[in-house]
Amino acid sequence: MKLEYITLAIILIFIAIFAYVSSTGNHEWSGADDQAGNTIDKLTGGTYQPWAHSIWEPPSGEIESLLFALQAAFGAIIIGYFLGYYRGLAKAKASAYPEEKQ
Amino acid sequence: MHIMEGFLPLYWCVLWYALSLPVVAYGAYKMNRIIKENRDLLPLLAVSGAFIFVLSSLKMPSVTGSCSHPTGTGIGAILFGPWITSVLSIIVLIFQAIFLAHGGLTTLGANTFSMGIVGPIVGYLVYKACMNRNVNLYLAVFLAALFADWFTYIVTSIQLALAFPAASGGVLASFEAFLGVFAITQVPLAIVEGAVSALLFKYIVQLRGDVLLKLNVASPDIIKKLQEASA
Repeated sequence: MKLEYITLAIILIFIAIFAYVSSTGNHEWSGADDQAGNTIDKLTGGTYQPWAHSIWEPPSGEIESLLFALQAAFGAIIIGYFLGYYRGLAKAKASAYPEEKQ
Repeated sequence: MHIMEGFLPLYWCVLWYALSLPVVAYGAYKMNRIIKENRDLLPLLAVSGAFIFVLSSLKMPSVTGSCSHPTGTGIGAILFGPWITSVLSIIVLIFQAIFLAHGGLTTLGANTFSMGIVGPIVGYLVYKACMNRNVNLYLAVFLAALFADWFTYIVTSIQLALAFPAASGGVLASFEAFLGVFAITQVPLAIVEGAVSALLFKYIVQLRGDVLLKLNVASPDIIKKLQEASA
């Protein structure tokens, strides 16, 4: 269980840092990917024009977060399915051959 | 680390495509072969890909007051190596470019190069170096995933700096500017990614230690010791 606790502690520290940073000063919490676009503007004096545009953009922030949630859900299902499948397999093996403990 | 659609001049797009595509092609060939030889590996390959799917969809707030996302490529790099991980990454990047307007098809080559190739190579090397020095397996996974994540963003900064050198100070000055956007933001995220990767790896060791042996990821002694420790 030790690794679980360490991981949990790291995530809690991460949340605490977020809570602290967001309580001090105004932050936009914008994406670093977009900020790189601003940096390009600054470096080129705003002369660079993107020469291609996304073929499709989610029509709203809600739809964008829907798609992100689907992406995460899809991945999580696969991970959970196989880990659960393996766990069940190991259990079935252990009860079928109890003396063969590794 | 996504360079947005159209935000790289054409010749840089072509260059990064030219560097990435052969790697992805060889990775696809390797992936096909490894699955044909060993159907047993398919679920673990799916889990590695799914892990990239989950982690790269999480845009997390960081100390700098902006948001960024982990990459999730560490596990794939450790289990299957950088070649195959490049294929898993490009699948995720194409999905995000088409459906989420994140990254883009013109910048796909550059984004694949940073997230799918250099990041996993760094992660793989870190893991191997740790194992040669008998570092604890989970700590090795933690460090590998952390550096795979972080170097992805450093490469993105280099790519952008090369394409947009500053008027005064040239490539180095703009490298610094882009690092300012990416590098610090990414540190806490990379640490979380490392921890979560290590945890997932623990479950893989417990459940499919035999596959890890087959993939030559760790020696039998180490796997046995870790399985006994958690049993």
